[in-house]
Amino acid sequence: MNKVEINLTLNGETRSASAEPRTTLLDFLRDDLGGTGTHMGCEHGVCGACTILLDGVPVRACLIFAVQCEGLKITTVEGLLDADGRPGDLQEAFREAHGLQCGYCTPGMLVSAHALLARDPDPSDEAIREAIGGNLCRCTGYAQIIDAIRLAAANRSSMS
Amino acid sequence: MSDHGGSNYHHVSRKRRVKEDKRFVMGAGNFVQDVNLANIKHMAVLASPYARANILSIDAEAALALDGVHGVLTGSELAANTSPLYGGLNTPEVKWRPLAFEMTRYAGEWVGAVVADSRALAEDALELIEVEYEPLPAIVDPEDAMQPGAPLVHPGHGSNILYRNTFTWGPVAEDFAAADRTVSFRARWSRSSTVPIETFGVVAQWHEGTETMEVWASIQMPNYAEQLANALRVPLNSIKVNHDIDVGGSYGVKRGIKHTVLAGYLSRKLGFPVRFIEDRLDNMAGSDAHGPDRIFDTEVAFTAEGIIRSLKIRALDDAGAYPGRGPFQLGKPIAAIVGPYRINSVEYEAISVTSNKAGQVPVRGFGQAPTNFMIETAVDKVARALGMDRLEIRRRNFIGADEFPYEIPSGTKYDSGDYATVLDKVLELAAYDDLVARRDRLRQEGRLAGIGVGTCLEPGGGNNMFEYLMNPAAEITTFMEGCMVRVDSQGQITGTMGTTTSGQGHETMMATILGEELERDPDGIRVIHADSLAGLPTRSPVASRMAIMLGGAAAGAAAKIKAQLLQIASHNLGAPEPELEYAGGDISVRSEPERKLTWRELCFIAHSQYHKLPDGFEPGLQAIHTWQVPRGGQLPDAEDRVQLYPCFSFQAHLPLVEIDPDTGRVTILEYYIAHDCGTTINPDIVRGMIIGGVAHGVGAALYEKFAYASDGQFLSATFVDYLIPSVHEIPYVSDTEHCTPSPLTSHGQKGSGEGGYLGAPAAIASAVNDALAPRGLVIHTIPMRMAIIEELLNGNDPS
Repeated sequence: MNKVEINLTLNGETRSASAEPRTTLLDFLRDDLGGTGTHMGCEHGVCGACTILLDGVPVRACLIFAVQCEGLKITTVEGLLDADGRPGDLQEAFREAHGLQCGYCTPGMLVSAHALLARDPDPSDEAIREAIGGNLCRCTGYAQIIDAIRLAAANRSSMS
Repeated sequence: MSDHGGSNYHHVSRKRRVKEDKRFVMGAGNFVQDVNLANIKHMAVLASPYARANILSIDAEAALALDGVHGVLTGSELAANTSPLYGGLNTPEVKWRPLAFEMTRYAGEWVGAVVADSRALAEDALELIEVEYEPLPAIVDPEDAMQPGAPLVHPGHGSNILYRNTFTWGPVAEDFAAADRTVSFRARWSRSSTVPIETFGVVAQWHEGTETMEVWASIQMPNYAEQLANALRVPLNSIKVNHDIDVGGSYGVKRGIKHTVLAGYLSRKLGFPVRFIEDRLDNMAGSDAHGPDRIFDTEVAFTAEGIIRSLKIRALDDAGAYPGRGPFQLGKPIAAIVGPYRINSVEYEAISVTSNKAGQVPVRGFGQAPTNFMIETAVDKVARALGMDRLEIRRRNFIGADEFPYEIPSGTKYDSGDYATVLDKVLELAAYDDLVARRDRLRQEGRLAGIGVGTCLEPGGGNNMFEYLMNPAAEITTFMEGCMVRVDSQGQITGTMGTTTSGQGHETMMATILGEELERDPDGIRVIHADSLAGLPTRSPVASRMAIMLGGAAAGAAAKIKAQLLQIASHNLGAPEPELEYAGGDISVRSEPERKLTWRELCFIAHSQYHKLPDGFEPGLQAIHTWQVPRGGQLPDAEDRVQLYPCFSFQAHLPLVEIDPDTGRVTILEYYIAHDCGTTINPDIVRGMIIGGVAHGVGAALYEKFAYASDGQFLSATFVDYLIPSVHEIPYVSDTEHCTPSPLTSHGQKGSGEGGYLGAPAAIASAVNDALAPRGLVIHTIPMRMAIIEELLNGNDPS
């Protein structure tokens, strides 16, 4: 099958690679751009493990083709690291609250939480639940994830 | 007040960040999907559209002709060149193979595999394979499967009954005869599973130069390398399983032995590394990863005062087409067959049947969750029959805190516990009187509200004796875990474990125990996962056992390191060991503290100064410890009485639910839990395990079901049909701890990975029935889905 060149911005860097038109953004990120932080869970848009930001909006990378992302800005879990490549504050809050276990849903969960805090720096519990309502976690029962997002919001609030 | 136990410890039971979390929050885990090798090829599998059919022919010519396709494998070639997969029961004619051979036995079973340059191309090729089937009538109901004349899933076996045996422990007939009352009921636990968000995946690479099969897999199972060697007909020491793969959740089910045989066989045949990552459809329909599917018929004998004297239990389990180790899930619950109750005798008939559904695999709790649901249902039934409070009936029957070790009728000794206190703690946490008042207010508003009471025992540690009970040909009594500890010349500590981790935080647990015992900072201790050729004996992280068993092995290895350090210090300080003081890794003479060797000096001597070592001391500083499970190792007696598992955690759950009278939808309004897993090694890990287990149990209780149509078609292949609870379905669970240390383990720890899942279904069922009670309705079928409850509320029989 013919390949198409795709140019996009991934975590602030301009990237280009060729892929078949049928290639999902998820496979493109993982197989062609080396972004293995984004995970495949269901490939039918339910589990949220592959959640990324497309121009700042959470999107399932399994439900969009890479060719649809020409010229767009994509943020993945790797884009939440700080400038030195260490965990960013939201990621640190997940560590502190142990808001994860096996780590498989974590990248999608972090991206959803990141988008939430960007639009609502002091989210209610209800807003937190709404924001991660499309991210399935089989390990934690969500309590420590909610704790982690609350902690991140509180830490940002006390810093500002 | 939470009580983690371990108040005398410096590191154990203390808040500590989980080592593993850093790489995961960075998106830098090393999952099998992240393994990339030069020249790697991709595999996809072709699924049977029929539940039961003869395979008349397979034509793969067009698929093979596709550019970029390297091979097509069918069941006949594979059967000729590999051995059938392990089956636990003594059923030699029930042959489980990675690809269907001559006959398909469930819709979704794999009948062919393609290897190509990409996964997409391999799937293109699947569409070009032509299979000629002769469809046959299928058997999908376990009771139908037992009927004479039923279609045979495995004709060579001669019956669909794989196992049937009745155990009698204690004077059942006498206890029933002497009882004032009896109640009987049927309870149904439907087919569900753990369904991790990561599907199973494997990369296999045959290295002809070293005649080694190297494997990377998202695996969690005992004896994986052994089973692989047997199936591929290669020596065990030619299998190298890399255990440094992060496993994206498992909870028992990641046992992709058939996947690995396929990838391994094809890698060796084709000369490429072969990668197979299940897509969600492969995983749900064809992975042989479904859980127990069980019908209980139970009769309870009790006194007018509510003392439960005896149980008669018939458990019929549908193991699907390929039973593997699944039927042993009828055996493990014998470990706690009377729950936390002082029940004098038990009759237990266990029946495993085969059907035209996907094969069964061990699921979190290994059969204990359905059995606990049945036991707790029985206790609630007795309470209702007597008009007695559900808390009171439990208090009257709980084994007392002063009765441990307590031997149950089936021969297992419970190690320790204080069930009444844990129950009191959950009542206190929930402000029980207020909770009752809230329920009653809801009822006064005309709403259907109910409180659930559910307790559970969580057997932890494993010991595999259920296998011998069900198949005496398997005289296996060892259930060990090993580890190695090395201290390098600069004093840094590295612990080696021999298996994978799927979210349990083993690195953190092992480092904490090593740090505790050696009095060094756990954050500086590295834990690595050795491959199967380099590692020590292991039975893998099953059976809620790693805190107990790897923790015990680590404590044993640390003690050996400490003994070596004391020998070096004694030799160099010129003082006998009893006069030495070990503090923080430094060793001094107790009466003259200035005569001292620091940790760094001791480590340097061990590695670099042979002239300062005692005679016969091996240079370097390392220790191996392999620990056999405590109280394990004994075969059953003539009455089939045996110690199953060493340690017993306990939980009490208390949910408040509401049912929408129009739709039948159950909403959990509040959820409280008190748990006692002995000494907690890491409080954050334990809390996550328990609450995560509750969420999993909520799924089993209310939503999750692998449904099949009456013709055997699979109806639950996506996350739209198989409903995993999201955050909207799981309330914020409030928890509290109690600590009754185990006398059998290094620090008093017990298991904590399964209890939430064991207790929640029972507690939710209890709550739903409490909510339905004012309408005079009962339901003992799990999952209690909206449609079923709606039917009940409308006066229909949902069955």
